[in-house]
Amino acid sequence: MKREKIDKIPARLDLIQSSTGLILALFIMGHILFEASILISHEMMYKVTIMFEGYYFFGETYPGIVSFLAAAVFSIFILHAGIAMRKFPASYKQYRTIKDHALSMKHEDSSLWIIQVVTGFVMFFTGSVHLYIMMTQASNIGPYASSSRVVEELMGPLYLVLLVSVVLHAFIGLYRLALKWGFMEGKSTKVSRKRFKYLMKIMIVFYLALGTLSLAKYTYIGLSHDFSDGLRYQSPDIKMETH
Amino acid sequence: MKKENANRVLKISILRFDPNNPKDFPHMQTFEVLEAEGMTLFIALNDIREHQDNSLMFDFVCRAGICGSCSMLVNGRPTLACRTLTSKLERHITLAPLPLFQLIGDLSINTGKWMRGLNGRLETWIHDKEAEFSFDKLEQKMEPELANEIYELDRCIECGCCVAGCGTIQMRPNFVGAVGLNKIARYHLDPRDKREDKDYYELVGDEEGVFGCMTLLGCEDVCPKNLPLQSKIAYLRRMMIKTSMKD
Repeated sequence: MKREKIDKIPARLDLIQSSTGLILALFIMGHILFEASILISHEMMYKVTIMFEGYYFFGETYPGIVSFLAAAVFSIFILHAGIAMRKFPASYKQYRTIKDHALSMKHEDSSLWIIQVVTGFVMFFTGSVHLYIMMTQASNIGPYASSSRVVEELMGPLYLVLLVSVVLHAFIGLYRLALKWGFMEGKSTKVSRKRFKYLMKIMIVFYLALGTLSLAKYTYIGLSHDFSDGLRYQSPDIKMETH
Repeated sequence: MKKENANRVLKISILRFDPNNPKDFPHMQTFEVLEAEGMTLFIALNDIREHQDNSLMFDFVCRAGICGSCSMLVNGRPTLACRTLTSKLERHITLAPLPLFQLIGDLSINTGKWMRGLNGRLETWIHDKEAEFSFDKLEQKMEPELANEIYELDRCIECGCCVAGCGTIQMRPNFVGAVGLNKIARYHLDPRDKREDKDYYELVGDEEGVFGCMTLLGCEDVCPKNLPLQSKIAYLRRMMIKTSMKD
């Protein structure tokens, strides 16, 4: 239908979906790396924690900063979910159609999309639980507090499901983003696409391994540590009154 | 794949259905064909029709990958039957008509009707309000590079493979598909077409157009003419975003 002014909303939605996805994917790449600091040492993870709480800038820790960051990520997360949800199959028939199509054609990229739909759906719930807890209990992050959350508060299984979902969703998403917008397309899309897909697979394996190892370490600490002295970790070097 | 000696006996299973026969139901029928050297599916299907079942319906015209009539699902993947060598396939081959298009019968489909609708919807012709068409006037000159670029996209034969290979359009039949987006990219390149970016946005700047594309890239992977569909859809997407940011 002709109209005096073009309807800009479809373009905006598409751009917001892509950009929020990009932000979240970059965030998660950092997130999993930082949380893996536990694999180096308790002290390292503690330092990363207080860094995000502003210790190295203000000389004191403010868990409110983490709360605020979690709230910001949560908002972007909700925005992304709300907009990307438009692409979900809207009926059983549509779901069957795309599934049969991807399987009978043995088409990898179509199958990857179905994985994104499923992992996206899973994250509606797992991601929300995690983000809400980080928002409300930002002060309870640390080598012992986090381990306690994983073991004593039974967040371990949820984190495992969330880890697998988020890593698959994020890297398949980044791969799709690159092709969708023609990022570093080069002379031949066949070549660049193959490279991006290879990179995607490497990143998925790397981040799944790193995330699983970190989670295993937190679980190990949670099972072996005596929490009777509280959840606080005492650094041998950094002394803090409040922390 | 194992390179076997010639004279394999191919087992070709065909999804058969005559929509004009009220008693008929879709069913698979398997034929055995002695493979010959250099055999294409075009030759195999003609062999079946000639020697085994003359009621088998399928389309061929040019048998050289130019007319786009013989597109069908070969082992679930859309492709041109005339350009598919049986030697590249396993012994058991499954054939089915392309989905989404009107079924004439067995492997024969009416892509023309669908494409006609698409071309009408996207107005795939040169738009020039001012130019009075005159046989006496010399045509405007065009740089050979640009002419080549337009020609590259003009190679589309409307076979329907990209439509059948697209998961998005299977779910949402109103989506224009790669064939439509490629045509928009083609006319956008053409300096003789006086439509503005805004006019193109009207045509494909929505979720049934370029923003409906989910980049599953079935189109790119099955296009028998190897058109640069991925690249052109990405280009259109960027162009549509730019257009939406103006004024």
